[in-house]
Amino acid sequence: MTSRSSVGPLNEQVPPAISLRNLRVSYGDREILHGVSFDVQQGETLVILGGSGSGKSTLLRTLVGLERPTSGEIWIKGKNLATVSADELDYIRRHMGMSFQGGALFGSMTVGENVALPLREHTKLEDPTIDIMLRLKLDQVGLSGYEDYVPSQLSGGMKKRAAVARALAMDPEILFFDEPSAGLDPIIAAGIDELILELKQAFHMTIIVVTHELASAFLIADRMVLINKGDVVALGTAEEMRTSTHPRVRQFLDRIAEPAVSQELDYLQMLTEDRHGNRR
Amino acid sequence: MELTVQLGQTVLNALAYLGSLATLSARAAYYAVVAPFQGKPVRAQRAVTQAMQIGVRALPILSLITFFIGLILALQAAYELKKFGAMNFVASAVAISMSRELGPLITAIVVIGRSGSSFAAEIGTMKVTEELDALETMAINPIRFLVTPKFIAMVIMLPCLTIWANAMGVLGGAFFGVTKAGFTFLSYLHATADALFLRDIISGLIKSFMFGITITAVGCQEGLSTGAGAEQVGRSTTSAVVISIFLVIAVDLIFTALFFFLGGQ
Repeated sequence: MTSRSSVGPLNEQVPPAISLRNLRVSYGDREILHGVSFDVQQGETLVILGGSGSGKSTLLRTLVGLERPTSGEIWIKGKNLATVSADELDYIRRHMGMSFQGGALFGSMTVGENVALPLREHTKLEDPTIDIMLRLKLDQVGLSGYEDYVPSQLSGGMKKRAAVARALAMDPEILFFDEPSAGLDPIIAAGIDELILELKQAFHMTIIVVTHELASAFLIADRMVLINKGDVVALGTAEEMRTSTHPRVRQFLDRIAEPAVSQELDYLQMLTEDRHGNRR
Repeated sequence: MELTVQLGQTVLNALAYLGSLATLSARAAYYAVVAPFQGKPVRAQRAVTQAMQIGVRALPILSLITFFIGLILALQAAYELKKFGAMNFVASAVAISMSRELGPLITAIVVIGRSGSSFAAEIGTMKVTEELDALETMAINPIRFLVTPKFIAMVIMLPCLTIWANAMGVLGGAFFGVTKAGFTFLSYLHATADALFLRDIISGLIKSFMFGITITAVGCQEGLSTGAGAEQVGRSTTSAVVISIFLVIAVDLIFTALFFFLGGQ
């Protein structure tokens, strides 16, 4: 195992919150990520951009330990997520919060119970203290007074806010968002962007957001990384991305459709070859 | 040749499935028995809620069904016993077949329909809506959180329900005995008590304990292995019921044979 210092963090003073080194992830014999490497600095908001099937969701799932990489390293809090034991993974996870695309609130519990769950499971706090903390978390996401609602009584945007409150429950150092504005109308989605910005300013936490919403990405990101077909295409600040001349970046940012197969011969080839490029 | 390969594959798959059930049961047992001493308490409140759901709420329908079964058994037994003028044996026929076989089996089948299916649907829905992933990212083990309370509730409630089912079956038999076979209610109960040995009841309860493990393991395993999409939840629920019924009857056969050959008769 490589030691923490020799993996070469870019920032000398503060080690990066997350370091990825040549990360590869496969489902069965299909490789989704082909060697992804980058650092996420402490306190920055990194937006992972990419189209459908680009591997960005797989990357996020791997970062929170839901998928195990086939090779490569993920350094978080001085531990390599690729090789940690179950107990160490649980330790790291107590310092992370994750807001899922659909909220993933437990339908059988009230909003309050959802938010209090990590506190009840991982701390020895008394009920009155937990009550105060959950009200505080709900207030932070603008859901004061909703603790006795069940998730099915909430709108899509409120569910996401409640999910963020739950992710915040343990005061995480790193907060992950999977498609925070998916399925929301533009006004509610803008509200979620505001919330992310507020959290960043208030707590200086490291925030990682997976999205394909460009407007939201440019609003909240300190830096962005564009993933395409399992590879990092570009990594840089919003300004660097805007001025990038990389064809993939331009195609993504300018929303240009994938060129249709125009040549007859290419079309014929596409039909007769399998996905490994062999003739059928 | 192809048939042999297919047969072999099917057997292998079946064995792998049984292995996954055993692993799940062992992990659930670990969180019920060992982990509490390592500072990871059992969700007792959840287990009580589940026990209510599995046990108490099943009582009305189970009572009705087993009363009917007792009555049917009495009628069927009387059909044969009448020929020998041995109607006084109706009570023992009902008592023994209820406590050794039909009490545990019918209870298990009612519970599969009510609870085994709902385990699969509940956990399957949680899988589809990423709630299981959410548990994991919160460093909460889904087996400890979801599966263990169900196991505890089931292995306690199924034997309890079985005892109740036996009693209702006897009551059903008594209804026939009193109205058509010349018993008084008390004499029927006496005849039942004389016919039953403790081992008859215990063997039934051991079976129902094993049924409980089987039903919970299958229900939870089907839920946990649900694929993506809502229609997969329906598929999981259906296969939980079908596989549970099959495995409960297989377990029944194994334990009945075991009791027979070990001299329990």
